[in-house]
Amino acid sequence: MSTLIEVDHLSRYFGKVCAVNDISFTLERGQVLGFLGINGAGKTTTLQMLSGNLAPSNGNIKIKDFTIINNPIQAKQCIGYLPDTPPLYKDLTVTEFLIYCAKIHGVSKHEIKKTLENVLQRCALISVKNRLISNLSKGYQQRIGIAQALIHNPDIIILDEPTVGLDPLQIKEIRQLIKKLSEDHGIIISTHNLSEAEEVCSQVQIIHKGCLIVKERITELMQSIKQCSLLITTKKPIDCVVLNAIDGVNAIEKISDYQVKINYLDSLDPTQSIIQCSLLNNWALIEVTPIKKSLEEIFISYIDKEQS
Amino acid sequence: MILTIAAQEFKSHFISPLAWILMAVLQIILGYLFLTQVETFTLMQDKLLNITGAPGLTDVIITPLFSNAGVIFLLVTPLLTMRVICDERRNKTLCLLFSAPVTNSDIILGKYLGTLGLMWVIVILVGLMPFTLLLGGDIDTGKFFANGMALILLVAAFASTGILMSTLAEHPTVAAISTFGILIVLWLLNINQTMSDKPNELIQGLSLLYHYQNIQTGLIDSRDIIYFLLYICTFIVLSIYCLANQRLQK
Repeated sequence: MSTLIEVDHLSRYFGKVCAVNDISFTLERGQVLGFLGINGAGKTTTLQMLSGNLAPSNGNIKIKDFTIINNPIQAKQCIGYLPDTPPLYKDLTVTEFLIYCAKIHGVSKHEIKKTLENVLQRCALISVKNRLISNLSKGYQQRIGIAQALIHNPDIIILDEPTVGLDPLQIKEIRQLIKKLSEDHGIIISTHNLSEAEEVCSQVQIIHKGCLIVKERITELMQSIKQCSLLITTKKPIDCVVLNAIDGVNAIEKISDYQVKINYLDSLDPTQSIIQCSLLNNWALIEVTPIKKSLEEIFISYIDKEQS
Repeated sequence: MILTIAAQEFKSHFISPLAWILMAVLQIILGYLFLTQVETFTLMQDKLLNITGAPGLTDVIITPLFSNAGVIFLLVTPLLTMRVICDERRNKTLCLLFSAPVTNSDIILGKYLGTLGLMWVIVILVGLMPFTLLLGGDIDTGKFFANGMALILLVAAFASTGILMSTLAEHPTVAAISTFGILIVLWLLNINQTMSDKPNELIQGLSLLYHYQNIQTGLIDSRDIIYFLLYICTFIVLSIYCLANQRLQK
């Protein structure tokens, strides 16, 4: 694995407001790095600095062997960037727009046709390639946005909330595309959706009020946010006394006759026992859902941890 | 890279109806003014024959045509340039150029040349009108080319002001009004100096109209050419500086 991005003590101030506060991280080839954070956390500002759209107040960004301040042209050649709003010239057709993007990214004339076909195919845009961008749906426009970030085959792809505003099918397609791209690129995506990070990212960083509060592998994060709680839904009324007798069950919170929330001891997962108990008592079990923390709750728990 | 951006900018004018309507309207207006001048010349022709050293066809028709064209470009340039950078910023497409491996100079010069290309196409259309005079008379080609060069330099200066205002302004109409304001002040700066016996050299030197008219006389003075080149460079450099400043957003 080779290091593609090295961010060193990066900060950004807007007046007296600190949008990004002293963050450092690296990105390797083959890695999908997720930037998690609520709105206004500093995700977009960080990505804008990485893509050369915004100058950092302090710190250094090294893209492969080039620093973005001293060698912006060489550094930007290695980056494909999709901002939160796809930058599209809506008066152009998809092909015209992508050819223009290829040209400004320095793709040589004889390679343009090949790269264009490749990117149209990857982003499933062949059927609309001759249509005006303004006439296409938001899903297609988002894909054109991704296509323009890929057109020059950059080593690093930066996607700012790539699935916002898309329907579930389109979200699935885009996530599949990101996974496919991660095979030979380094990818940074920002999102405020925990399940999206779980699905596509190999590494996550949680940013809150401009500070990087968590930096770990997605599997480790998912483990740490397990809350030792289950939500049980049945068709027939549940007897809480029976449930309370099961080993490991710590507390029961009755939501309705047909739904309860169970807290259990971390050392003793009672899920199997609860399912068996439900069968024995004929509660007609519909759903057993492990409850995960929301992003907000993760922030609070990490901040509490830091403070203590 | 400059040419790629310029070509795209040039094409973008023709994708919207703006360029076509503009060319059509300007042709109609300038065509009408041209014919008016031809009519004036026809009426004056007999009298002019009896005067020694009287103004010829070029002085009566071509010079006023190019003077009128200068005024009309003064009104039209703000409309053409107001959207160039401003609209890109508002539509959030500017980050496409900011994230691409191009410099700020490439962006500004590309956008400038693309817009200037359209304006020069209109200048050529204006310049073609006097050629019809060759059907019935002779024109002073030297003076004609001097007029053409003056208009080419003048629109290049106008466009550079428009680009700067478009880089600075948050809204296209603000860009248009401020461009118009600057151009009209620099155009009319000279107006009270023409009457006075001792014109203020500084004010005269800053006036667009003064230098434009100087070249129109057919006497190509390097001072006038340098004035226009310096004017263009100043506004372009300021535009590049302003664009670079946007990445610093305080």
